[in-house]
Amino acid sequence: MTELAIRAKHLCKHFGDVIAVDDVDLEIPAGEIYGFLGPNGSGKTTIIRMLCGLLTPTAGEVSVLGLDIPAQAETLRRNFGYMTQKFALYDDLTVQENMQFMSRIHGLSRAAARTRIEELLERYALTSMRSRFAGAMSGGQRQRLALAVATLHSPTLLFLDEPTSAVDPENRRDFWEKLFDLSDAGTTVLVSTHYMDEAERCHHLAILETGHLRNQGTPQELLGQLHDRVVEISGGDLRHVKREALRLPQVQSVAQQGLHLRVLLRRGTTDPISYLREHLPDSKLSLTCTPPSLEDVFVASTAAGDEQ
Amino acid sequence: MSALGRVGAITAKEFKQLARDRVTFGMIVMIPLMQLILFGYAISTMVRHIPVALVDNSGSGAARVISEQVRVTQVVDIVSHYPTAAEAEAAIIAGTVRAALILPENLTQRAAGGEPVGQWLVDGSDTMVSSALLGLRTMPLHLEAGVPPGAYQASTPSFEVALFFNPERRSEVNIVPGLTAIILTMTLVLFTAVALVRERERGNLELLITTPIHPLELMVGKLVPYIFVGLVQVTIILGLGRLVFNVPFQGEILSLAAVTLPFIAASLALGLLFSTLAETQMQAMQMTFFILMPSILLSGFMFPFDAMPLPAQYIAEILPATHYMRLIRAVFLRGAHAAQLLPDILWLLGFTVVMLAIATKRFRKSLD
Repeated sequence: MTELAIRAKHLCKHFGDVIAVDDVDLEIPAGEIYGFLGPNGSGKTTIIRMLCGLLTPTAGEVSVLGLDIPAQAETLRRNFGYMTQKFALYDDLTVQENMQFMSRIHGLSRAAARTRIEELLERYALTSMRSRFAGAMSGGQRQRLALAVATLHSPTLLFLDEPTSAVDPENRRDFWEKLFDLSDAGTTVLVSTHYMDEAERCHHLAILETGHLRNQGTPQELLGQLHDRVVEISGGDLRHVKREALRLPQVQSVAQQGLHLRVLLRRGTTDPISYLREHLPDSKLSLTCTPPSLEDVFVASTAAGDEQ
Repeated sequence: MSALGRVGAITAKEFKQLARDRVTFGMIVMIPLMQLILFGYAISTMVRHIPVALVDNSGSGAARVISEQVRVTQVVDIVSHYPTAAEAEAAIIAGTVRAALILPENLTQRAAGGEPVGQWLVDGSDTMVSSALLGLRTMPLHLEAGVPPGAYQASTPSFEVALFFNPERRSEVNIVPGLTAIILTMTLVLFTAVALVRERERGNLELLITTPIHPLELMVGKLVPYIFVGLVQVTIILGLGRLVFNVPFQGEILSLAAVTLPFIAASLALGLLFSTLAETQMQAMQMTFFILMPSILLSGFMFPFDAMPLPAQYIAEILPATHYMRLIRAVFLRGAHAAQLLPDILWLLGFTVVMLAIATKRFRKSLD
């Protein structure tokens, strides 16, 4: 068992009557990329804010890098980097000015800051735009700047709150390359996302919904849970078949994807093909078992009323 | 008809938003109330109860009669007594009194000879105050037995009046230095009130508070540039006042700085407190407005402080502008030394410390 960077027990956060986070347990190993996957309002940002000491939990214990949070949040502040959901640097400062400013806030010496800034400008391909105003940059460039600033003081832990929401797919791929570099160098990265392709890249995933932790594990483990539970149906009147299929007790969800239906069956369904054949008497339909995707995992973990 | 419907939709929406914006809603009610109270109740252009000093060199019964008759006019309140005219002058310069009545040793002879019985030394910088005191010049005096009543003709003034600092009675002499207090309140409080709110609105603050920065470091760091802004503004106002409006500068630069810096600090600290209270830049501006209006009306800028009723004076004493109004006029117009003005300076410094402490306490590094 590797060392844990973050451990949270029975974490809760209430805002008045609203329960934003409800009894969440987390164990995040050091040096890994750990993903929070969940829709808006699932509590991702609230959990991140509690872990870095910006919000006080209503109940529960949090330990980050061996520090008791929020009591020792001030000590923790020297050791983590944070990328907020919204671009948090100054639009009216240049790339270099933003980096110089934040390096002084973090207490880097002038000499150390100079070499570190050059190193990061190089690494994040920002050298050519060092004197560009942050407000005049594209989404991808800004996000590289934000990551560069978050890593200025070489933290051992990074919190990235939906870092790629304003970024095109190609820049997203590049961004993840940088995250793997950081992870290789021993940095623990906690990233929240609602993109399945991003979630798939994480070492570990936590699936969140309405403040509850619905499922967690490596992407492989999560996909393994759905082995033999996803069936693709094509041919026939798909709209009608979908309505019929949704009535079946063993069918958890049905989604149309172009010319076929993707049917997710409940846990414990033995031989899903014959089960569906039996209950959907339409000879024109062709049924095939198909490997699950992370989206299926997400649906299986979160669908309302599902008791597993 | 559909045009009417759309207008109705906008109107209904506007009403809803107004009712939900508590600060704006408060302004709708508070502004007329405040204006009404300030203009109708607190402000009076009829100047009364001007604090003055008495220097009685004669020690005679006539002197007591004269001072009593001056007192019952209610134009002045004799708040202190000095043995010499020089000490009374110092008190005028320091601003503890606005004028001094000097009654000479030969008071009774002068009275008998039909000469003016005494001399008023008047701080003439505020023309409203000096007009009121000039009104005393010809007040009829009724002296007791021993002085022939016929000695007083309407043509002979009862007192001589010496107007100091502004003998031509030009109003700009008083207004220009006072304007610094108003302009600094207007700009500095607003700048800082908006400063922190803007960072919160733009999301910068969420990142800043995850760093090791201490709230006090953040606050002080944000204030320092505006100290220079304030100094530039003071230089512009007073420099132009002197060049264009011929307002004489009687004091010394060092004293000017010694009274101006505490006021700048107090205004900035107040703005900072607003910026921890306001959620939007609009709210920060509205709060500034609530300070600005009484600062203009109650600080002694437009109407003499001494003429206001006591409750209004108590409110005015809270405002930094009131204290700076006294300080800047004392230094600039009357050549007072900062050391003579310690109470107001200390008050401003204390105000700064308290506001900064509250602002720092309110600004916690969390989003709870």
